[in-house]
Amino acid sequence: MRPLLTVEDLRITFPTRQGPSEVVRGVSFTLGRERLGIVGESGSGKSQTGRAILGLTPPPGRATAKVLDFDGIDLRTASAATWRRLRGARMSMVMQDPKFSLNPVMTIGKQLLEALKFGAGETRAEARARALAMLEAVQIRDPERVFRAYPHELSGGMGQRAMIAMMLVTEPDLLIADEPTSALDVTVQVEVLRILDRLVRERGMGLIFISHDLRLVSSFCDRVLVMYAGRVVEELKAADLGKAQHPYTRGLMNCLPKIEGGVRPLPTLERDAAWAR
Amino acid sequence: MSDATTDGGRESALLRLLWKAAKLLATVALTFLGLLVVTFLIGRVVPVDPVLAVIGDRAPKSVYDRVFVELGLDRPLYEQFWIYLHKVFTGDFGESFLTKRPIIDDIARVFPATLELATVAILIGTVLGIPMGVWAAVRQGRLADQVVRVLGLVGYSAPIFWLGLLGLLVFYARLNWVAGPGRIDIAYEYAITPKTGLLLLDSAMQGQWDAFRNVFAHIILPAALLGYFSMAYISRMTRSFMLNELAQEYVTTARVKGVPEWRIIWVHALRNAAVPLVTVVALSYANLLEGSVLTETVFAWPGLGQYITNSLQNADMNAVLGGTLLIGAIFVGLNLLSDLLYTLLDPRVRKQA
Ligand SMILES: Nc1ncnc2c1ncn2[C@@H]1O[C@H](COP(=O)(O)OP(=O)(O)OP(=O)(O)O)[C@@H](O)[C@H]1O
Ligand SMILES: [Mg+2]
Repeated sequence: MRPLLTVEDLRITFPTRQGPSEVVRGVSFTLGRERLGIVGESGSGKSQTGRAILGLTPPPGRATAKVLDFDGIDLRTASAATWRRLRGARMSMVMQDPKFSLNPVMTIGKQLLEALKFGAGETRAEARARALAMLEAVQIRDPERVFRAYPHELSGGMGQRAMIAMMLVTEPDLLIADEPTSALDVTVQVEVLRILDRLVRERGMGLIFISHDLRLVSSFCDRVLVMYAGRVVEELKAADLGKAQHPYTRGLMNCLPKIEGGVRPLPTLERDAAWAR
Repeated sequence: MSDATTDGGRESALLRLLWKAAKLLATVALTFLGLLVVTFLIGRVVPVDPVLAVIGDRAPKSVYDRVFVELGLDRPLYEQFWIYLHKVFTGDFGESFLTKRPIIDDIARVFPATLELATVAILIGTVLGIPMGVWAAVRQGRLADQVVRVLGLVGYSAPIFWLGLLGLLVFYARLNWVAGPGRIDIAYEYAITPKTGLLLLDSAMQGQWDAFRNVFAHIILPAALLGYFSMAYISRMTRSFMLNELAQEYVTTARVKGVPEWRIIWVHALRNAAVPLVTVVALSYANLLEGSVLTETVFAWPGLGQYITNSLQNADMNAVLGGTLLIGAIFVGLNLLSDLLYTLLDPRVRKQA
């Protein structure tokens, strides 16, 4: 089967005073209708990779790739009209920081309806009912109230769930979820993961799940990409995490606290300049 | 608990708004009192003898002494201030030594002229300045941005009387597109019964459309000129607020959702930029309401700027102080208005208030 998304040699460059700085340096992977995890430390280029797939590299940054193909559409040459058809309706991204990623002067409801309005065609009442159902699905207990609330009136976790609802309500074919559960408590987190899982299995959605949390990613995803300094240093089946070759991945795993027998002092992650080359 | 949302609901939001309004009014009252103290003290400090201003320098000593007592100048300062306060609140700012009329009547005559001109000017400046600033921000660094920048620079540096004279020469004398100096032609002056003193409003309300057209032909050139200066300021500020908003994460979120670009600019970003813009527009309006002597002189516009300058040059202290109080009141009032608008536009402030 043809993959949903093919990325080959993705490079993202930002001009800086010291000359161009390449923050993503030749990332390649394919995604089927599956759950792909991306882990890596802060600044390794996870979010920028996700944005580039949606054609939203912030200027003056530039993204180039040998192949950037979504369901047979060459995204590198996509027109504005093509992007408008794709974004929201077919590909979507849960943004990392709900505090800054929601419009502060617009109610959650309005922002949710907007996703539907420009995604799929339906009446206002239908859209509203669907938006409220989606809020309920992400474990928001009082969806009517959240619907009318402004972003600053929500806690971090509620904002994150509202953001997830906003991006899932159109039922896209591809979802990039950038740290979608970092502000959620465990029970809600489990529920959100269950929704994502169901969409992947029942609707055949492709999911890119970005996280710092190696344990979470390896238990939830089918495959894991490990990024370091703008590069994919290792690609693994989640079940084979134990067979990781790259010293950075092994280091990450050693830092996972084990339940039995506390290791003291906690191991620290060794870095080698050679990995970044 | 993670489900803490709009605690209280809408009724208490209204209550908070009222509370905020009350606090603002208290601030306004205090500011105004301060303003009164200042004008009062200025009136005592300047080397203009208020008695001589009333009787002239050739009156005999006995007359001087009588007027001195009449004006309350023999009483202690705090008592004089009390009298002053009382007079101000009953609308008595004394008499103008130039026009021999109560200051309040003079102001009722000149202020509408300035108010009308300033209002048309700020409308022009806002209606053009905001879209231009948005446009410049969206096209940052490109031709449109440069054009807006140059227009703004001219608006900053060109002397207004020069532009005014040039405008009269071209659009009035040469092209005859607009009417000349003054607010209205004499032929129409008596067609309108003065009600508000705003000639556009008065003529429209009385259905005098010929007079309305004449007033419009008179006001459009000076208003366009002043509006151009406001536009320069408003468009520059709009540009910088919009650049700031367009770089925010919520704009990316909207793009992810597939929201069309026009809506991202005019609904998402501008709606956020509108919050600080309120202050900018209010400030420009306040500046216009002070009256511009140069514009009023070039266009023979009988407004507040000319009146105050004239009074200053002739040491007509009552008139100067009355005008100063009025301008102070305008600034305080517009500040209050922009604060309230700010609260309405920004749900975050609404909550804290
Ligand atoms: N607008 C920008 N201009 C210049 N450099 C940028 C810009 N945005 C991101 N970068 C750089 O790109 C690199 C990758 O950033 P990215 O946001 O993708 O990291 P990340 O892996 O998502 O990190 P985190 O886990 O903290 O979210 C960082 O080094 C960052 O400094
Ligand atoms: Mg990130």
